[in-house]
Formats: sequence, C-alpha cells, structure tokens
Amino acid sequence: MNTIVCIKRVPDSATRIRIAAGGREIDPAGVKHVMNPYDEFALEEAIRRKEAAGDGRVTVLSAGPPETADALRTALATGADEAVLLVCEATHDGRAVAHVLAEEIRAREFDLVLFGKQAIDDDNMQVPQMVAEFLGLPCATVVVDLEIEAGRAVARREVEGGHQVLEFDLPAVVSTQKGLNEPRYPSLKGIMAAKKKPLEEKRVTLSEPGLELVSLEEPPAPAQGRIVGEGPDAVPELVSALRREARVL
Amino acid sequence: MADVLAYAEVRDEVAGKGAREVVGLARSMADALGGESHVIAVGGPGTAAAVTGLSELGVARIFVAERPDLDPDSPDVAAATVSARVAEGGYAAVLFPASARGKDLAPRVAARLDRGLATEIVAWELSDGALTVRRPMFAGKAIATLRFREAPALMTVRANVFSPETREGAGVVERIDPVGEPRVRVTAVEQGARDRLDVAEATIIVSGGRGMQDPGNWHLLEDLVDALGDEATLGASRAVVDAGWRPHGEQVGQTGKTVSPNLYFAVGISGAIQHLAGMRTAKVIVAINRDADAPIFSVADYGLVGDLFEIVPRLAEEIRSVRREG
Repeated sequence: MNTIVCIKRVPDSATRIRIAAGGREIDPAGVKHVMNPYDEFALEEAIRRKEAAGDGRVTVLSAGPPETADALRTALATGADEAVLLVCEATHDGRAVAHVLAEEIRAREFDLVLFGKQAIDDDNMQVPQMVAEFLGLPCATVVVDLEIEAGRAVARREVEGGHQVLEFDLPAVVSTQKGLNEPRYPSLKGIMAAKKKPLEEKRVTLSEPGLELVSLEEPPAPAQGRIVGEGPDAVPELVSALRREARVL
Repeated sequence: MADVLAYAEVRDEVAGKGAREVVGLARSMADALGGESHVIAVGGPGTAAAVTGLSELGVARIFVAERPDLDPDSPDVAAATVSARVAEGGYAAVLFPASARGKDLAPRVAARLDRGLATEIVAWELSDGALTVRRPMFAGKAIATLRFREAPALMTVRANVFSPETREGAGVVERIDPVGEPRVRVTAVEQGARDRLDVAEATIIVSGGRGMQDPGNWHLLEDLVDALGDEATLGASRAVVDAGWRPHGEQVGQTGKTVSPNLYFAVGISGAIQHLAGMRTAKVIVAINRDADAPIFSVADYGLVGDLFEIVPRLAEEIRSVRREG
C-alpha cells in the first residue's frame, strides 16, 4: 500500500505569537518551527501500516517556503521513504494549497492520502476535504480509529459528544486526530538514514486567494481581573459577583 | 446577488442552537446586503419538520432535500446538494455552523464551487461593498481580518458568538431533490455515555487541570457541572488529557478545542500559553488555583486562591442554593 502524507511546518504551540511590523504576518524572531502536531498522527499511521504490511511506500508531501524542507527531513528521519516539497510562498489560503497538493497527488500512484486534521497556525481545517473533492475521492476527517482490509476502510471520527463510524473504499483521503496512535520520535539511526533518502523540490505557483488577508492583530489584552479572595469562605462573594456584576449565573 | 444562504444542521431531528445562530446571522448579513435570507437542510425523515420553525428568524425561503434513505450524517450528498443550490441561487454568502459536521462539510462545498472559505468567523462587516470577516488564527493568539474577493463568500461560524433575533419570516418548506451519491457511508453514530454538551457548544465550561491530582477526583467537577445546569459541560487541560485522565474530546487549547463560552471555570489549571489561547475569548473567566502566581490569574476576571478540594464543593453548594432561590 502506498501512502502520501501531507504535512505542514508551523510555529510550535508553545510559541508566543507577535505580529510583525506591517500587520500582515507574525514576527519570525524567536519562533521555533515544528511539523504540525496533528500531522504526526498521519505520519505515524502511514509508517505503521507499511511496517505491518512489509511493503509499500510512504511519501511525505508539503507545499510551502523552502524552510519547509526541515519538517520533511524530520518526517524522513521518522520513517518516510521519500519527500516532495512544492516550493511556494506561505499563504493563509487553504484552497490555493489544496489545488497544488491535489495536482501533485493526481500524478502519483497511491492508496491512501493522510493529513493532520488541521494545521495549528491558520486553523483552517479545510485542505484535506478540498483535496478529496478536487480528486473526487471519499474523505473522512478527524479520524481516531482506522482499519483497512482489502481496499475497504472503516474509520471512526470525532463528533460532538461521540463518534461516527464511516465506511469507504480506497483510494481515499483521511485526516487524523489525536488518539489515533502514539507518534514515535526520529531515532539516531533514522536521522542518519534520512540523509540518503530523496527530497525532491519543485517550484509551483499558487492560485489567487479567494480571501485577502487585510490584517493580523494580537487579541485584545484581557480585562484586568481581580482576586475575589482566598479559600472556600470567598465562594459566596464569587457567586454574588457572577450573578450581579457579570450576570452569567 | 444579495441573498444569504444558511446551512441548517439537523441532528436527531432537531435544528438546534447552532442552526439558529447561523440562520440569525444570515438574516443580519442579508439586511446589510439588501437581500433575503434562505435556509437549506439535507437529510432523512424529519428534516423538513425540524427546520420549519426557523422561519421565525426572518427567513424568506427554506429549501429541504429530504429522502427516506438519506443519511443525515453523510457528507457527500449534503455537499453536492448545497453546492447545486448555491450555483442556482447565486448567493452573496453561504454560512455553515463551525460544528464537527459543519467544518467537515463547508470545505467540500467550497472545493466544488472553487471558492475560498473562512473558518470559524467571530465578527463581520460590510466595507466598500465587500464582506469582511474576523477569525482567530493560532488558536486565538492572533486575530485575522479577511476580505472576500469573490462571491459567494463561504464561511463557518463559531458557536456562542452570534445571537439570533426573532422576527417575522414568510419561509415555508420548498422541497428540492438531493444530488449526488455517497462516497462515504455512515454506518453508526456512537453517542458518549454522558448526556452532556460538547465543550465547543456549551455556554458554561468547568475545566480541570493537573491540580485535580487524580482522575478519581473528577466527581467534584461533575457535581459542579450538574449544579450549573444543562448548559454546562466538562473541559480539560492538555496535561490531564496527555496523562490519560480525560478524553481528548474535552481538551481545551491549541491542540484541542478553542471555545467561547459565557462562563469558563479553570480549576487547578496553571495556564500554559497553549491553554490560554483556547479559552481567552470566554466572556467571563473564573480561575481557582492554590498558586496565586499561576499565569491563569492574568486572564481571569475572577480569581479564587486556595485549595480546590475545599472550594469546588462549596461552590457547587452555593450555586445550587442561589439557583433554588431563582
């Protein structure tokens, strides 16, 4: 089984986000970048399936600026076989990214395309579904369980207060959620082996965004709160404030 | 091209709060654009009955694709049917709830129409004739303002942000044919044992962190949720989800859910930056922590310093007592 895992390079979730002068992008100073955390579940799933089957190929694919190669190398060190970087400018526009990914995937042989359920920078949560539509494939999102047998998949996806069980034929697009597996870290051996694995870079042109990013701002500073008191004796005052002042009880 | 279409999500044969919020917002946008607000719903038996009442939110037309064998949870037929309606109706904007199903569906429609999509909008305005929306990025660490460059403007709408207003509407159900075949079949829907709201939907959230010390202590938070009533639910910090104490569905934060309830209790949560990102847009935040220097107090409207094992039961008791008095 051949799997294509689509990943994105994003600022680490522990990063404090500051807006750069010009108000259109984040200030890159001091920002540590990582592979999008949800993509780790997608990558792990692909590697496990290959290990269990004893054959197949895991291709990692990303669209982004040249620095994205870092994240692809991490994926190779973790166990992917080959990497493809579609070099383009960073964009907030999910549709433009979905177009170039779909175009690349269409030209390849694959059984399964995996994504993390969303990238934690733009939080768009739309590229997997768009790629599936562009390719005319079945799509399951936010998946926490995935079983595949004889070209047919059964997936459990998270919905409010529970799960849906979905059935569909391969090839298909699946986006992964925390809980699917425990992602591994790259081993030293893996890091050495990755140096010999192919990382192909191709220049692509993004379509015009359907939405123009007018500005990016830091959220308003929280209103200055107050410590109501200490210990259980302060509870009545808190409840009274919630009722009379904040009017939320 | 001034009309606005709202996708009404019908779950368990009910068009709930989420549906009413997007339908209400569609009306407000249509007012600004000088058009009508329309509703579309797709599903099995009971779908039309569930959405008829939405007319009272000023709806001019209600389109229902209902077929006995149609799975209300199947995304493919919904995507094809909504896309066909949008192509025919020539809408200025199409709104979906930012629910699990809505966030799954909207990008499918956007791809079919080859249009951009704004996810989880929290504000909007019409400036120079163009729809402009605001939405959080980086789980709320930044707020983006985006202007639509083409119609229809497609967006999902965050829960608990927009309140619908009741007003006269002439909308009656108009039947339309479902379009397309399911590529994915939904064979089961497993609802959790708890009969509680999802953390992304609740208007009151009680979240626990590592300060709870042991998963066996969660009955204290469950009791507080029960005291707060049907609109309340449980949340959790990443630390306790990673420790396996609580399910991931409850996690609030950058790698969990971003929430905007009216009232948020952070109990025994120190306030890591990725947690604060997920809950800082709550209207009122209450922090309960033994460490007066915990970062959570910097975003809290009200703080209580002390032993949560003493404070939480007392709080549940006090809330029950004031709720009894009315």
